[in-house]
Amino acid sequence: MKKDWPLWEVFVRSKNGLEHRHFGSLHAADAAMALENARDVYTRRNEGVSIWVVESKYITASNPEDNGEMFEPAQSKVYRHPTFYDLPDEVKHM
Amino acid sequence: MKNQDLYIYILGIADNSLILGQRLGELCGHGPSLETDIALTNIALDLFGQTRSYYRYAASLAGEGKTEDDVAMLRIERDYRNVLLVEQPNTHFGHVIARQYLFDVFHFQLMTALVDSNDETLAAVAAKGIKEVGYHKRFSGDWLKRLGDGTGESHEKMQEAIDHFWPYIAELFDTTESDERMIESGVGVDVATFRESYYSEVTDQLKEATLTVPENPYSKKGGKQGVHSEHMGYILTELQYMQRTYPNLTW
Amino acid sequence: MSEKEVKNLEVIFEARIERDDKIEPKDWMPEKYRKTHIRQISQHAHSEIVGMLPEGNWITRAPSLRRKAALLAKVQDEGGHGLYLYAAAETLGISREEMYEQLHTGKAKYSSIFNYPAITWADIGAIGWLVDGAAIINQVALCSTSFGPYARAMVRICKEESFHQRQGYEIMLTLCRGTEEQKAMAQDALNRWWWPSLMMFGPRDEDSPHTAQSMKWKLKRKTNDELRQQFIDQTVPQADLLGISVPDPELKFNSETGHYDFGEIDWDEFWQVVKGHGPCNKERMEARVGAWEGGAWVRDAAMAYAEKQEKRKVAKAS
Repeated sequence: MKKDWPLWEVFVRSKNGLEHRHFGSLHAADAAMALENARDVYTRRNEGVSIWVVESKYITASNPEDNGEMFEPAQSKVYRHPTFYDLPDEVKHM
Repeated sequence: MKNQDLYIYILGIADNSLILGQRLGELCGHGPSLETDIALTNIALDLFGQTRSYYRYAASLAGEGKTEDDVAMLRIERDYRNVLLVEQPNTHFGHVIARQYLFDVFHFQLMTALVDSNDETLAAVAAKGIKEVGYHKRFSGDWLKRLGDGTGESHEKMQEAIDHFWPYIAELFDTTESDERMIESGVGVDVATFRESYYSEVTDQLKEATLTVPENPYSKKGGKQGVHSEHMGYILTELQYMQRTYPNLTW
Repeated sequence: MSEKEVKNLEVIFEARIERDDKIEPKDWMPEKYRKTHIRQISQHAHSEIVGMLPEGNWITRAPSLRRKAALLAKVQDEGGHGLYLYAAAETLGISREEMYEQLHTGKAKYSSIFNYPAITWADIGAIGWLVDGAAIINQVALCSTSFGPYARAMVRICKEESFHQRQGYEIMLTLCRGTEEQKAMAQDALNRWWWPSLMMFGPRDEDSPHTAQSMKWKLKRKTNDELRQQFIDQTVPQADLLGISVPDPELKFNSETGHYDFGEIDWDEFWQVVKGHGPCNKERMEARVGAWEGGAWVRDAAMAYAEKQEKRKVAKAS
């Protein structure tokens, strides 16, 4: 029985009002341990008020090889941005 | 010293944290995994932090310009008041966890009660310490279950550790004469009041960890009176090394 | 993929690094890039955790409670930094266990400085001041290295390490302002740690064949000799401030170059320690292997417990 502790990803909310942000990874045997380890490893300097942990294998990531079709089409949708629209300067607060 | 009883009472609490902190300090860099190593060090840091508050307070009572380090490091062995439990060695990780858990449950109850002390300083230190110790208990309690209910080998090791430390528990609930005077004055905590809840909490946790509650009726005590195990001298040798070799210097 | 296609990808890849694009783990990368990074990042991680040992020896003996807490926190940080770095290397497809295996069998190296013994309290000061000082020079440059996970780990590490060197220098300062005996202790520590600290930057440029490649991938921003010079230039005035002297009779400020000239490093000693024959190589490996092997039953137990819990959860749900 030789099984190594799996890898977990750690997300920390630094203060209420902010989103959880990816802080890093660690190893733990189970979720409870992952949470405790995350507390001890990533919030030693008072960095957080809330922690999420998720086992790394459950993350589905996009493949960089598909970046062309995944992300490039969005580059040409200039009409989604406010600067696309020409308005006279007299129009304020818009 | 006019507050002799209070002084000794503070030492009784502080020395437990100091000596257990020394034991955990030995482990830093040698844990079973990097994550566990970091976690245990956090516990040690909490304990040392608490001791500084206590010793500073004790030093102010002692007067004569004494500092926290004088009180922490320059007493003879017979004047250290920690229980025997905390000075026992890191024989293996099961021992580390058993020692920690059996102390943490007590420590948490002590802090909880001490918050109501009519000594403001002690109550304030306890109020801060209670959160730290609550986490320690959670950590060691979880590990107790992992090792108890893990593999056959870990179960055996954990049981052996619990059996080994069981006789040391009784001393946690001993009350010295000066303790009694402190309880009377509303400063000290009457540990006897939570003796039963201690045993029931520990018993429940041991059962959950699939461990057998020892029936050993014997007890090992003496630390509170300054009569320590043979391990203590070596702990103090390291703790006091610099202060004894180079007296009266600033570091 | 044909050789030509790979060549093509390599050209695109090098161009990305050239324009300061970051490389992320799932991006295509040349095999050599992956291997070099695994080697360097894991070596860096090993240095952190082996580096815990010489200082860790002094936790129980620290002269005051304040120093004890600071030292403990510092050594713990090193463990944390090792962890961040192992995690960064893991994104390249190697497990932490494999990296440990390489360390324990001597296949992977770690910084030779940690093979020197920490024998007095002043050594703790000297390590913080000189060893961390030298490490920071390397690490600050690495914050903008090309591999994203490594760069991010370095940013975090640099931020956390800012107290380490100050902690060390403050110890030295206290000693140098103390009694003659304390000052002698500080001088003795500087004498023993100075040359090994200079060796931390690695062999001379002409003996460092990988420099060009590493510069291209931003694993190095300056050459070994440049970094060494920078360290000497910034450290000598700090020694002056302490009132202790750097153990190099040839050390002299050169007003023409604006740098300190210094004596020859004992490269025989350097290679001897790198090859495993330093004062403490054996002890360090024994400690690491001992912790790992001694902890195997603990790690196994935690996994067995986790699996049991998982099964119970499933049984309950069905």
